[in-house]
Amino acid sequence: MTTIQLLKGHPLSSKEHATHALLYMWKVRKFEEAVKDLFGRGMMHGTMHLSIGQEASATGMCLALDLADQITSTHRGHGHCIAKGADLTRMIAELLGKKIGYCGGRGGSMHIADVETGNLGANGVVGGGIPIAVGAALASKLQKKGTVAVSFFGDGAMNEGAFHEAANLAAIWKLPVIFFCENNHYGMSSSTDKAFAIHKLSDRGLGYGIPGVTVDGNNVVEVYEAAEAAVARAKSGGGPTIIEAVTYRWEGHSRSDKNLYRTKEEIEEWKHKDPIPKFISILHEKNLLSQVEIDAIQQQAYDEIMHAVNEAVKAESAEPSGLLDAVFKKVSA
Amino acid sequence: MSEKSDTNNRMLTMAESLREAMTIAMTERDDVFLMGEDVGIYGGAFGVSSEMQNKFGEERVIDTPISELGIVGAAVGAALAGMRPIVEIQFSDFTAQAMDQIANQAAKIHFMLGGALHVPLVLRTPQGSGTGAAAQHSQVLETWFANIPGLKVVVPSNPADAKGLLLSAIDDPNPVIFLEHKLLYKFPGRDAVPEGSERIPLGVSKVVRRGSDLTIVATGIMVNKSWDVAEKLAAEGINITLIDPRTISPLDMEPIHESVRETGRLLVVQEGPSHGGFINEVIARVSESPTFGSLIAPIKRLAGMNIPIPYAPQLERAAVPQVEDIEVAAREIVKNWR
Ligand SMILES: Cc1ncc(C[n+]2csc(CCOP(=O)(O)OP(=O)(O)O)c2C)c(N)n1
Ligand SMILES: [Mg+2]
Repeated sequence: MTTIQLLKGHPLSSKEHATHALLYMWKVRKFEEAVKDLFGRGMMHGTMHLSIGQEASATGMCLALDLADQITSTHRGHGHCIAKGADLTRMIAELLGKKIGYCGGRGGSMHIADVETGNLGANGVVGGGIPIAVGAALASKLQKKGTVAVSFFGDGAMNEGAFHEAANLAAIWKLPVIFFCENNHYGMSSSTDKAFAIHKLSDRGLGYGIPGVTVDGNNVVEVYEAAEAAVARAKSGGGPTIIEAVTYRWEGHSRSDKNLYRTKEEIEEWKHKDPIPKFISILHEKNLLSQVEIDAIQQQAYDEIMHAVNEAVKAESAEPSGLLDAVFKKVSA
Repeated sequence: MSEKSDTNNRMLTMAESLREAMTIAMTERDDVFLMGEDVGIYGGAFGVSSEMQNKFGEERVIDTPISELGIVGAAVGAALAGMRPIVEIQFSDFTAQAMDQIANQAAKIHFMLGGALHVPLVLRTPQGSGTGAAAQHSQVLETWFANIPGLKVVVPSNPADAKGLLLSAIDDPNPVIFLEHKLLYKFPGRDAVPEGSERIPLGVSKVVRRGSDLTIVATGIMVNKSWDVAEKLAAEGINITLIDPRTISPLDMEPIHESVRETGRLLVVQEGPSHGGFINEVIARVSESPTFGSLIAPIKRLAGMNIPIPYAPQLERAAVPQVEDIEVAAREIVKNWR
């Protein structure tokens, strides 16, 4: 498998960092486009939840993390997984039900985990990963590992009891955990206007004694800066932070979504706030990368995804034999 | 195949027949309302309540945040206070979030409080595998609920039954868990769906077809798979009685005893894992009754593997009984035990 080359740090701190941030946002975008295509061609089954339009939040948060830091993710988790450094071939292979897939074809899109990059798993259950991140942070504290755990979740998940119980535990135990809420304005058809009686979701921290910040989730620089501050706070024993990254999902919730609950104009309006051109214009402004370099980065992302798709398509399918043996981890003698 | 199809030709899908039942109940009485995630403009994750919010308004078809424990609890409270809520949980797997309100509250209130209060609540939820949604969106959990005294558990296998059973469930003064297989939503059944508001009583097993060689008892989608097998084997001269309990709690055993006394052979089929599964209850009741003496073959069980449902289609298929498995089992019992 490919070696993990993550570059931590401010996306504007050097040419390398800028390249890295842009490359990862492009990789997420191209990955999701490839998934949509595989689905459209009937090569992938099940369902898919795409994060097109939300690339800056996953990327910005993960730019502030070390490899050993852990994340829990969601049904819309491809971006988190990629930004944390997962192998693209094994991701696509999982979606195609191949043996070399991250879960050996047993989990699919909603369940990719990658121990090597500290990804404790996507989740099919809304809110399911939030207490798990708190538990990972508890382990980090007990073992004095100095790592932070980040729970990615959507606006909708904030209304699950799991969020509330987990937030309180993290606060009273001052755990090194970050509650990273990607507010894309909808949980399926349910808009945040209808599902919340507050405007800033980061205000939810008030009731638990957890500081909260709300940032432009389509601006990778803003996301990174909030993430870096939260990581520093967590790692110095300051306890949890809630980050609300305001963003938008361009695609339907899943394949069955007819988008009846929002207007085409609204979707178009958000497409004008595309996080990738937004970052590119900052790069131009700061004169960090030339257009030629930027184009090359886009091409590299595309090539990496295409390579992954080709490798995954060729790989051997998962087989039903051995499923019973896979339920439990063997008890070591 | 039935008498009904002669008088009308309404071949509805199960999503349509369920919607019709809810619409009838909500038209008949104003204490009935529907509540759940995305049940409004989205029409529910599987389109069951499509257009219902237009018809009944946002106060009677209530979209909720993603808060299963809260909404089931609110339904219990509304039921105690004189309403008849129907709650839709988007996937039966997420009844886990609401389990306190289902198992510790709704199921126990009438008994535990000396009959002072009761909970006329229907919880509708899709279950089952076959959609590639993997382990957390594919379980058949009927056994969980059947193991809790105080809950009635309905598992319809076709649109016509679904309609009549749901109407009875809404009438019932007790909590009813109504488990709908998601692969059945989009397909019409074999029988036309009657126009009116006729109820099908809970707690009455249905003899789907009659034959003297083998008794098959199956639940939910396994009734449909078993039907295909019965049809095919009939052409070979193997005649099967197929029984659909429809309500797995309370369980009507009478037609099962009666049939086994005639055939002497019993095959039970369910989609959920075999360990602790509902079908074991059927086997136990046959085994501890005089019917046991009529058996000429060991009872055969077909159920899901004792594994979480895997994602890849080739793995997912292997995890639950398929038509071919039922066919092989049925043929073997009849051939090997004469
Ligand atoms: C406990 C639970 N309830 C309901 C669902 C069905 N469901 C899957 S995703 C989703 C919307 C989630 O919204 P949000 O948390 O905002 O995440 P987004 O989809 O916007 O990324 C729902 C209702 C689920 N998977 N788990
Ligand atoms: Mg959302």
